[in-house]
Amino acid sequence: MQSNSWVPLFPEQASTFAWQVDYLYFYLILVSVVFSIPIVVAIFYFFIKYREKEKYAIPDEIHGSIVLETTWSIIPFVVSMTIFLGGAYIYYNQYRMPAEAMEIYVVGKQWMWKFQHGTGQREINELHVPVNRKIKLTMTTEDVLHDVFIPAFRTKADVVPGRYTTLWFEATKPGKYHLYCAEYCGLNHSGMGGWVYVMPQDEFDNWLAGGAGSNQTPVEAGKELFMNKLGCASCHAAGSGQRGPNLEGVFGTDQKLTTGQSVRADEEYIRNSILNPSGQIVQGYQPIMPTFKGQVTEEQLVSLVAYIKSLSGNAGNTSSMTTPATTTGSSSNSTTTNTANRGNTNSVLSSNPNAPRQTSEPSNTNR
Amino acid sequence: MQNVDAVNSDFIEKEPKMNYLTNGFTLKSWLLTKDHKRIAIMYLITVSAFFLIGGLYAATIRLELLTPQSDLLESGTYNKVFTQHGIIMVFLFLIPVIPAILGNFLLPIMIGAKDLALPRINLLSLYIYWIGGALIMYALMQGGVDTGWTFYTPYSTTFSNTYVMATGLGIFINGFSSILTGLNFIVTVHTMRAPGMTWFRLPLFVWANYATSLVMILGTPVVAITVLLLALERIGKVGIFDPAIGGDPILFQHLFWFYSHPAVYIMILPGMGIISELISNFSRKKIFGYEFIAFSSIAIAVFGFLVWGHHMFVSGQSIYAGLVFSFLTMVVAIPSAIKMFNWSATLYKGSISYDTPMLYAIGFMGLFLVGGLTGLFLGSMGLTVHLTDTYFIVAHFHYVMVGGQVLAYLGGLHYWWSKMTGKLYSEFWGKISAMLIFVGFNLTFFPQFILGYQGMPRRYASYAEELQVLNIFSTAGASVLGLGMILPLVYLTHSLIFGKNASSNPWMLPGLEWRVPSPPPTENFESTPIVTWEAYDFSDENGLDLEEARRRHLATIV
Repeated sequence: MQSNSWVPLFPEQASTFAWQVDYLYFYLILVSVVFSIPIVVAIFYFFIKYREKEKYAIPDEIHGSIVLETTWSIIPFVVSMTIFLGGAYIYYNQYRMPAEAMEIYVVGKQWMWKFQHGTGQREINELHVPVNRKIKLTMTTEDVLHDVFIPAFRTKADVVPGRYTTLWFEATKPGKYHLYCAEYCGLNHSGMGGWVYVMPQDEFDNWLAGGAGSNQTPVEAGKELFMNKLGCASCHAAGSGQRGPNLEGVFGTDQKLTTGQSVRADEEYIRNSILNPSGQIVQGYQPIMPTFKGQVTEEQLVSLVAYIKSLSGNAGNTSSMTTPATTTGSSSNSTTTNTANRGNTNSVLSSNPNAPRQTSEPSNTNR
Repeated sequence: MQNVDAVNSDFIEKEPKMNYLTNGFTLKSWLLTKDHKRIAIMYLITVSAFFLIGGLYAATIRLELLTPQSDLLESGTYNKVFTQHGIIMVFLFLIPVIPAILGNFLLPIMIGAKDLALPRINLLSLYIYWIGGALIMYALMQGGVDTGWTFYTPYSTTFSNTYVMATGLGIFINGFSSILTGLNFIVTVHTMRAPGMTWFRLPLFVWANYATSLVMILGTPVVAITVLLLALERIGKVGIFDPAIGGDPILFQHLFWFYSHPAVYIMILPGMGIISELISNFSRKKIFGYEFIAFSSIAIAVFGFLVWGHHMFVSGQSIYAGLVFSFLTMVVAIPSAIKMFNWSATLYKGSISYDTPMLYAIGFMGLFLVGGLTGLFLGSMGLTVHLTDTYFIVAHFHYVMVGGQVLAYLGGLHYWWSKMTGKLYSEFWGKISAMLIFVGFNLTFFPQFILGYQGMPRRYASYAEELQVLNIFSTAGASVLGLGMILPLVYLTHSLIFGKNASSNPWMLPGLEWRVPSPPPTENFESTPIVTWEAYDFSDENGLDLEEARRRHLATIV
């Protein structure tokens, strides 16, 4: 933190939440002072005025007062409700993800942060973001709990193994800000952190162009996994015999399950369906897919999710829209076949579901 | 009235034939005693030893944080040190300290009973505490634990290769000690009250212990189950909390806080009870709003079970669950506010004396005010997203636990010291240490609020350079606080040997415990007392001979 904003006791205000959180903080300090002063003054005043003048004196008895008790129950209650509402409003802003945001994937690991931009650029313990732009972090971890904490942005969120959590912010000031892990994660917990660099858009574009060339975007990487390495396309692409549902246009829609319930096909659902396929089966399909648990890394999962998301074209993620696989829903039949064909031309093995590694069991063991 | 006079004549005679301390000197007479007072003394010794160990860990933490780098300790050692500080202080000190020591000693006397309802169970709970404590100590000697006192999964189940199971077993066993003590108190208050001791004549310390006992017997089984599940996963590889084998790490947090949030009320309610006693007795005035203080304890105990989710605002819990928990957190703050107001109002038109216990009580009010108000900061969701897992949290809970429970305990220990030991401590050193603790405490923990807002995460062995100044303040304060804590150990021990003998009622107070000799005989009362006065009755009808007391007081001055 190079320079502090305007009160030296506060961290810099560098996001759209910062001033909201700070005002709520000031309001609470004000409430605390307004409550404390009468109490402290009263205690000291009584303490001195009514000090013992005669040993074992018998002061007048005062039993209590319903009026006073009611007053000092209701006033604090009303004030606490204002604190509750103010806090709830800000919390809602912090944790409700915006519809349009630049997406960055985050994987925590003892004791480092791995970031990947939509263009494929990877970073470790450093995160570069453009100023005045909504950024959404989709996060998971390879091992234990972690927590992304950026004090200057006044926000944080736990990163939980086995699921995706999200965090968003919009930086308002270029600069270099602390990035911490705020959830205890073992030996080098206090070393797990780094810096967030907020840059003007043009500088950010330059930076992104600088090192992005050799990397695949998450969508490209996901596509390769989907088509070739993991062989998902043999069942999940259109025209593949429909052993599994065609995934085009599926993301973000509600799917009816064999149990009669319905589920929203979001990041979490896709992730679970890869790792634990028989858990939630879509109506009309058999539970024949083998589990991919232990065969895909967290980062590959992130890519797969990004690819499947791109098949629906409603991901709202401008930077991941670079592949031709993007379609507008499942309406376009020609693009669908196209995608499947490209998959086939890319790999002769893609018709074999067990192609990537021979370790997975035959699908019938999964019933 | 006949009986009351009989009890009163005791203090004029002054020298009882035999008290609970002189009733047998062999080790066996202590280890196999069923006397609640002897059990309390054995708790006092053990709990104090654990407090000392926990305090040494705290000192090590503050020394390490004097510089931004982790130079005194490497981060692995530091992780163990803060973990063990937390485990010892929470499970072996804060939870048992007031109920097991002062509650055990005084609760039966205050309601006019000869002992607790289940004296053997009481001894059993002491042994269980010893076994649990010994296991935890064993784990520490073997190499310690590094999971944080919260044991969050999957770190504690899969990744930590320290002595998690031995410590967990110690906590599991220790929990039964709490459950049995709580059960014993509840049965005692229901069945053993002396004739005339109605529910609304009970001293507020008894109400507070009653509320605490409710939380103990309802909450502690949950932590026992949680530790058991943790063991199942760690040893049996059953997937409960670790997602890699099909578990859910958030489930652990729900279970853990379902106990551990109510547990913070186990750690503050008895302290509030002591403060009610001290404020009322040292103002020589009936407490303002007795019923409101009594029922606010029960309200805290009940609502305390419904707010555990406020520890999980950033853990991925749904926004709507968060809203409910935040709302209830605001609600649970109200009973504490009611207590603060009533205590302050009690002072009004009192006859206040500045004895050591009263200084602790006033100190408690100041620190608990800060602790309580910063609780509102943390209950407010938008703010807590920034503040949670930082030093703001650390400062907040130390203001409540140390500023609250520890100051209340020290106040109570000084207040009842003459009753427990029959000796008077040095009033001069008592006041000095009370003031040192107050100043040292604020200097230690107030800078941590600012550190927290600046974003210094908790459980960090090394931290950003720009935060060093405030950390130096904090460590300097800790040395003052440490000195303030060591003093009582010295002068209280000194008083045991060199202290003057105490009369049965040095302050001329109306409570039943002041109507038995100091130290009390094994059976507490020669005959069952009949209570004809209200709690905190300082009028002429309370059966005490104030004229005689004043005359004798004047005589001592001349």
